[in-house]
Amino acid sequence: MEQADLRMWENRCVQEEVPKCTAACPLHVDARTFCSLVGQRRWDKAWQVLAKTLPLPSVLARLCDGPCKEECERKHVGGAVEMDRLERYCAEQAKPVSPPRPLPSRGKSVAVIGGGLTGLCATWEMARRGFDVTLYCSHVGGELIDLSESVLPDGVLLREVENLKTMGAVIEDGVEVTLSLLDTVSHQYDAVFVDSTSVPESLLAFGKPDDLTLGTQLKGVFASGGGAESPVFQAATGRRAANSIERFTQGVSMVTGRELEGPYETRLFTSLDKVEAVQPVSGEWDELHARDEAKRCLQCECMECVKGCEYLRHYKQYPKVYARQIYNNESIVMGTRQANTMINSCMLCGLCETICPEDFSMADVCLEARRGMVSRGKMPPSAHEFALRDMDFARSAVCALAHHAPDATVSEYAFFPGCQLTASDPDGVEAAYADLRQRLGSVGLMLNCCGVPADWAGRTALYEGVAVRLRDDWHALGEPKIIAACPTCLKTLRDLLPDAEIISHWTILSVVGLPQSAEIASRKLAINDPCAARDNAVLRDDIRVLLDMLQVSVIEPEYSGEMTQCCGYGGLLSDANPSLATSVAEVRRDAVDEDYVTYCVMCRDMLAKTGKRAVHFYDLLFPKGEDSASRAAPGYSARRENRVRLKERLLREIWSEAEGVAQQPYETIDVEFTENAARIMEERRILKTDVQKVLLQAQQSGRWFVQQESGHLLASFRPVTVTYWVEFVRQGEAFVVHNAWCHRMRIQGGQP
Amino acid sequence: MSVIKVPEADTAGWRCASCDEELTLEAVELEYLDSLFNVELPCCPKCRLVLIPEGLALGKMHQVEQLLEDK
Repeated sequence: MEQADLRMWENRCVQEEVPKCTAACPLHVDARTFCSLVGQRRWDKAWQVLAKTLPLPSVLARLCDGPCKEECERKHVGGAVEMDRLERYCAEQAKPVSPPRPLPSRGKSVAVIGGGLTGLCATWEMARRGFDVTLYCSHVGGELIDLSESVLPDGVLLREVENLKTMGAVIEDGVEVTLSLLDTVSHQYDAVFVDSTSVPESLLAFGKPDDLTLGTQLKGVFASGGGAESPVFQAATGRRAANSIERFTQGVSMVTGRELEGPYETRLFTSLDKVEAVQPVSGEWDELHARDEAKRCLQCECMECVKGCEYLRHYKQYPKVYARQIYNNESIVMGTRQANTMINSCMLCGLCETICPEDFSMADVCLEARRGMVSRGKMPPSAHEFALRDMDFARSAVCALAHHAPDATVSEYAFFPGCQLTASDPDGVEAAYADLRQRLGSVGLMLNCCGVPADWAGRTALYEGVAVRLRDDWHALGEPKIIAACPTCLKTLRDLLPDAEIISHWTILSVVGLPQSAEIASRKLAINDPCAARDNAVLRDDIRVLLDMLQVSVIEPEYSGEMTQCCGYGGLLSDANPSLATSVAEVRRDAVDEDYVTYCVMCRDMLAKTGKRAVHFYDLLFPKGEDSASRAAPGYSARRENRVRLKERLLREIWSEAEGVAQQPYETIDVEFTENAARIMEERRILKTDVQKVLLQAQQSGRWFVQQESGHLLASFRPVTVTYWVEFVRQGEAFVVHNAWCHRMRIQGGQP
Repeated sequence: MSVIKVPEADTAGWRCASCDEELTLEAVELEYLDSLFNVELPCCPKCRLVLIPEGLALGKMHQVEQLLEDK
């Protein structure tokens, strides 16, 4: 990831944008944090939030008229948070704080003429920035002195004026403010600010000040525009003057980069979807009333993608932070790359991009990062090796096949069920193929993997290699239209074979109608759209048409259709981070009470593993007379065997060909597994064939360990990159396996 | 290279079947992703067959593998 890419991604995530209240406040008070603290009755802390931002906080907190209320998101659900009233209440409750400690002196002097609110605020802002400020006024406080006791209690103004002095400001009170004073000070000081509303009009001979800089025709003299402004806006004018004088005395541009002074637009998005309307707390307030009012604050934030994604939630941040972590991860030369697992845990499902108001795509970021890790040789070998081995197996001669229909020499269509459907439901695939041949005529068969694991693993070259082989098969069959049953295959094949017409099996069925075997029965099922169908509205509609034909009334989960959630298999999450994959699947499980129907067999199997009842569409179309919703997901070894047996059976029964591929020597090892061993092997991703290889090696070498007490034997073997250990007993010719484990570390010194 | 001793390196009642020998703890070289470690592991004193106990494979060894993969 280049730094420009990082900036682009960071900029898309709006989570760190300021809330609307803060953006609308001309002084940018952090109203969200303030409300959070008031909501906990932490008055002193809440006051510190105000005092950090407001000049003359005890005065201004009492005079604020809450311009933020116009923009408050709560306005749409009950009414804006009464921020002005909360500020006043807090001012009464909290312990006063010391004024801010000014920055070290800049050695620059500024005169402020006019002691009204604007002049006082300008004095405050400049004093805290280290200017030597002198305030000249006829009476300090100006119009504030006339305010009633109920608005500004006695002594409050005086206390803040004393604070100004503590901050180093010099106050020349009772001075006759004249043109000659202005003339004198403009020569004595580095800059001058005139509070136009608090001085005689005769003084304003320098013309109307500029709106942005408050500069006048006199160099170094700045002035407020005058006119009736609300107190916070007057204070903001004082701050703008301080900003201008700071720029002026530093000799930098007076105009660039001042967009965020005063109120501005913010991009923060906050959903009001599940927010209940609550009215403001009316009447007299006590402490609890004020607390309740503050609790109406929505604590605005986006987090829309995080709410919908267990993966994003798991890592406890949001995409802007993740993008930076991924960028940093790539930059590490020596040391631990701590974001590797995070990068490999994204399901690449596209939900965040669909939800995000600015289209942030974690899939794009993570997939690019994975490709980079692979190209730099920094992809952890264990992350995807098992899945890629499985892909190789599905593409090998024992599973793969590309044939015309029996007795046909051309294929108008070729059925491509996909490697996981053949692995999980070979009988369904066989029935589907028979149905397609019967109703469409010359339908060839392509048993293969679409190559998506290589893509998900970031292995671009491998993925392209799959494409080449698939294209060859497709050409050899005379470039038939490909009927894909798996939504991921459908999407991937369209990417890999752009010249081929790829049709979904579900579109075909919605046109030709249900197969005869279909189980038409009125029932209620929750639909689980797979993530591969997110951008395919036609596919999702076809499925709903077919469900209607089956008389299924469809329940849509909260996240459905283009907003569907991944089952935990996508992006090879279940390989790179199995425990997170389980959590993801459990979220999906808990989303509905009804049984699921889905048209991706990996979704079905992931859900089934969580104990959720779920059927694949083939279970409804080609029922086997069993309770298919409770069918267990086959394990890794069974999946492999299902693919092999399906090919053998189809060759034998449809094409009358004998099995073509010779058995490997280790496949002759007769092996059984205790229930515990079978479960452990599944968890540890140890295949039956791995165990058979160990046992064959042990048989041939005669080298193993024995445990006196249990009589168990223990042997190991490293076929390629993993060393497998098998604990077993002999039972005649057969082996009964009790336990198995593995590691990737290699024992040096000739251990087999 | 100093020899690393790990509490998981326990013979747990296993003995070498072909040599009929008790296992003894010996320094064994382990390698992963170009890193070498000298670890004291149960080993047949005669034929040098090394045992990696389950607890070690799934515990400390796995942790080190993961760590090296992220280096």
